[in-house]
Amino acid sequence: MTLPLSGPPPGLRRTGLLRSLPQYGALAAVLLANWLLFPDFFSIRLQDGRLFGSLIDVLNRGAPVALLAIGMTMVIATRGIDLSVGAVMAIAGAVAATMTQAGWGLPAVLAASLGAGLLCGLWNGLLVALLRIQPIIATLILMVAGRGVAQLITEGQIVTFVSPGLAAIGSGSFLTVPMPVVITAALLAVTALLVRATALGLMIEAVGVNRLSSAGAGVNTPVVLVAVYVWCGLCAAVAGVIVTADIRGADVNNAGLWLELDAILAVVIGGTSLLGGRFGLLLSVVGAAIIQAMNTGILLSGFKPEFNLIVKAAVLLAVLLLQSPVLTLLLPRPKGARPVSAPLKPAIQPAKRESGSVKP
Amino acid sequence: MIHRFLPLVVTIAVLVVGFLLCAMQFPNFASLRVVGNLLTDNAFLGITAIGMTFVILSGGIDLSVGAVIGFTTVLLAVLIEQGGWDPPAAFAAALLAAALFGAAMGAIIHVFRMPPFIVTLAGMFVARGMAFVLTTDSLPINHPLYGDLNDVAWRFDGGGKLSLPAMILLSVLALAVVLAHWTRFGANLYALGGNRQSAELMGVPVARTTVAVYTLSGLLAGLAGIVFSLYTGAGYSLAATGVELDTITAVVIGGTQLTGGYGYVLGTFAGVLIQGLIQTYITFDGTLSSWWTKIAIGALLFVFILLQKGLLAAWTGRGGEPAEA
Repeated sequence: MTLPLSGPPPGLRRTGLLRSLPQYGALAAVLLANWLLFPDFFSIRLQDGRLFGSLIDVLNRGAPVALLAIGMTMVIATRGIDLSVGAVMAIAGAVAATMTQAGWGLPAVLAASLGAGLLCGLWNGLLVALLRIQPIIATLILMVAGRGVAQLITEGQIVTFVSPGLAAIGSGSFLTVPMPVVITAALLAVTALLVRATALGLMIEAVGVNRLSSAGAGVNTPVVLVAVYVWCGLCAAVAGVIVTADIRGADVNNAGLWLELDAILAVVIGGTSLLGGRFGLLLSVVGAAIIQAMNTGILLSGFKPEFNLIVKAAVLLAVLLLQSPVLTLLLPRPKGARPVSAPLKPAIQPAKRESGSVKP
Repeated sequence: MIHRFLPLVVTIAVLVVGFLLCAMQFPNFASLRVVGNLLTDNAFLGITAIGMTFVILSGGIDLSVGAVIGFTTVLLAVLIEQGGWDPPAAFAAALLAAALFGAAMGAIIHVFRMPPFIVTLAGMFVARGMAFVLTTDSLPINHPLYGDLNDVAWRFDGGGKLSLPAMILLSVLALAVVLAHWTRFGANLYALGGNRQSAELMGVPVARTTVAVYTLSGLLAGLAGIVFSLYTGAGYSLAATGVELDTITAVVIGGTQLTGGYGYVLGTFAGVLIQGLIQTYITFDGTLSSWWTKIAIGALLFVFILLQKGLLAAWTGRGGEPAEA
């Protein structure tokens, strides 16, 4: 690989544990709070060859958002955003349920529903990469129209099905671990391998930091952009199939509704900047786990679930404030030292930020 | 400089042609009653979209408007029905709360240099959450003034009428056009959205303008909430879910650039009416399912974006936006 990126800023590739401390700290704090409110929180038992317990439940229920967050992380790293993932979930779920009901076998059903997700991602990617439409509007199109398309597939019905094979994807288990958790872990591993074992991750970050210069440096930006959106569509389709398999039916009006916002939230909590550049896949999944642990905690504690959104907003604002460039500048520094944030967060330079603040 | 207005002209032309097509198919369509209902049914959406236009013109975005509408309806229902407030006092309180909420978001965006998308997303959670905390039930508002206000209308011959929500929408539209084009605030707004750094160097008060534009958006969302509660006669914490996306769609169809600095309030108004027209058409047709609305609006959005991209590329010669790879 002869990428002419001779000198990436020293901080760009730094992935220290120290940097991710806020996220792991937040997760630990939320889990600890759950444990204090609900002493049985960490107890896990084995029943009928499957693990049960609140902690397992957090992972299991957090799986769809974690899956979306994996794809969303890379889209956001290219300075884009994908608002359509919830609608893509609905489309993939509708395809899976309708085809299963029509009597197709599991391999065909999975291929078709994941293929639908890939196509949706391709559409988004082409709009962003070739037509150069701002990601937020480009994906808004599919977000608005996608649920309509899904309803077209199911003909407006809530399609239910009986298929032990498909249902196992949602509620089955593999080596005692619930299937959604296994799938999420596998997809995370594959994605991490794809972007970190090759130069792809570097290129994604380069496109996010500056699309024009990375093209000048020889990165094939359209291909990178299309690939990211296609992968995001695939992740959304997997999440959609899991949700459909879990409830053994496709409810296109509610499947994945507003999950795109949760996914963006998970990515932001995970420390990936909406302004593109450096990203952390694992941290985004940790972000999804934090969100789900908060949801579960609020449910377990007997607090009214109404407080859920406010707690979420408070956590979001706290994480954002911690990452705010203004706060970084206010912190005391050794005399004469330049703020570290400049090389660490190359995207947050005033000129870049202002011109693009509307298309995060 | 005719081409500056071309996206606006195209949007209005689509609205007129669409209306004529509907009128050709359904003879009853071209009546004051249908037009009046179109304005009434989309009044809250239009008022919100006008606020959103200002935010987008300044180069920002406001995802919290739907939640603010929901919160306002709940606040009104709780104050009037449970607190025994007079509706005018409750209206004032709701407008004040919504405006302060917008101002707080604007201040956070400016002071901490955070992306508006994520700050207003948090704002959406806060507003929706506060509405949930007030009540999760749908509270009917039975105050007699609500009935009186709903009877206020300018009636035409033939059964058509211009209802109070429609009148509020048209007044807000007129004020917004004046604000955008004949005041210093409007000029600052366009300058800020065009290029923040240049605006700052020219002496545009960036802080004040940013806070003011989110305050305005919050205020208009609060007003839309009042109109919505008049329209439905109830307060419900899940009211107006997803309205933020409908308004952004209307703004984009109306020819405003999401990058900021270019667009017209009047275009947004036409964009709202186009969406309303599609819904009215589907209601008139009766055989089409409502999900066609979503597909049609999505397709329309796509066509308009392409059209604007093409127009801007053809006329400005620079692609209409910063060159990208």
